[in-house]
Amino acid sequence: MSFTLYDYVLSGNCYKIRLLAALLGVKYDSVAVDFHPGNEHRSEPMLALNPAGTLPVVVADGMVLTETPAMLAWLAARFDDSGKWWPRSDPRAAAEIQQWLAFSSELSATAGAARLHAILNRPLDIDAARAAAHRALRRIELHLSERVFDQGIWLVGDHPTIADIACFPYIALSPDAGIEHDAYPAIRGWLYAMRGLPGFITMPGIHAMHDQRGEEDANV
Amino acid sequence: MTLAHALDDWYCVAMLDDLPAGATRETRLLEQDISISNDAESGIVVTGKNGKTHPHQIAFGHIWTSLGAAPRPLFEIPEGDEPGRKLVPCGVVRVKCSPLRAVENFLDVAHFPFVHTDILGAEPHTEVAPYKVKVREENDEVWATKVKFYQPQAAHSADDGIVTDYVYRVPTPMVSVLYKTCPPKPEAQDVIAIFVQPLDEETCDVWPWMALYDDHSTMAQLIQFQQEIFLQDRSILENQMPRKLPLDPRMEIPTRADLTSVAYRQWLKRRGATYGAEVAPA
Repeated sequence: MSFTLYDYVLSGNCYKIRLLAALLGVKYDSVAVDFHPGNEHRSEPMLALNPAGTLPVVVADGMVLTETPAMLAWLAARFDDSGKWWPRSDPRAAAEIQQWLAFSSELSATAGAARLHAILNRPLDIDAARAAAHRALRRIELHLSERVFDQGIWLVGDHPTIADIACFPYIALSPDAGIEHDAYPAIRGWLYAMRGLPGFITMPGIHAMHDQRGEEDANV
Repeated sequence: MTLAHALDDWYCVAMLDDLPAGATRETRLLEQDISISNDAESGIVVTGKNGKTHPHQIAFGHIWTSLGAAPRPLFEIPEGDEPGRKLVPCGVVRVKCSPLRAVENFLDVAHFPFVHTDILGAEPHTEVAPYKVKVREENDEVWATKVKFYQPQAAHSADDGIVTDYVYRVPTPMVSVLYKTCPPKPEAQDVIAIFVQPLDEETCDVWPWMALYDDHSTMAQLIQFQQEIFLQDRSILENQMPRKLPLDPRMEIPTRADLTSVAYRQWLKRRGATYGAEVAPA
């Protein structure tokens, strides 16, 4: 197998790895880790693997990766022969992608944390997290609106990149925490484009496209 | 509406494994703050407002309590004690919906292909064949039997799609238990339940629990299979309107596939179990 993913089904960060692997057609081994209710990510064997006690963890080619952006970069570098998912020959595109990868941790810390609170009742100042999540969403909404003027759909360039994968889950899942997308039309269009990618897979809270097709059929 | 009726039922409020000696869980039940602690000397204690101690019992791997003066007896799931079953408490998930809506959704088959796509259902296998529903007078429970549905992956243990036989049971307004074909052991049935802890009329904590025949899957795999299913439901449940479960038959138009839901709503109304329900003005 190409790599082993230590996985939790409800984790948006784990889903980033599952999603990119699916889009690239990469098969892998997966180990289910009982994040809730078992707290297994903080168990001794898991801490021995990843002292930070976070998920996902990717083990491949004799290395252990514990940071999601690094996993996305490695997956693209290792398995995407087209070079389009992580275009690093263009300095500007490469730098912009790094910006969005960093921004994705802000999404995890705001919208992602709000979701963990809403679903699993993890302690949090929920009002502050919601407000910060909306600030982050407004930033990405502004960027995506400007991209539309350039006929662009994706965060960077004319092909989806690891930047889109890194930012997608916690934005798509924010309604789980009552952070709705009504005020963000450009984000809604981008989420729709992501869900339409060939090979796209869902996770709980992110639905397949068949509901949309049904509506189209009904309008014919 | 009627809190009084709801007070006399038992509710799941903690997972036994989650409450080692010395631990305390602060939570809410029927709009009251309660705490469940596992004290080194006195064992498990449930404390409500003004320091009042409430009774508790342990069942199905969870701690149950009742805030009422005369609790009705707790139902049983005898199949859970059968040898060879793997008992799987799945933790707790909070949902901003009426506790009754959480139960009603659990009873519904028709949504499988659309919400649990390629797991519990798949297009074009969307038809719900006729099935039987009745209230069993001997114990006043709602039972739906002879439910059949095609499922691409009926359980973590399933290798292929099968037509699954289901039996659904509502023993008490905020609990539902189902029995479904066990893929690796087709002569037996897996047991899956949801225990709903009502925080208030529009918020609940849901504790899924399973008693399965499965010698191959890890506990983490079994729990995650169930959590994936339940979290697919969660986003639907949080968007259902009206927020409370309507008991007036004029408010929604049921189809044949909704027989269990119709029986459940009638049964709730008849017992006066209307906490979390929308009752139309007379």
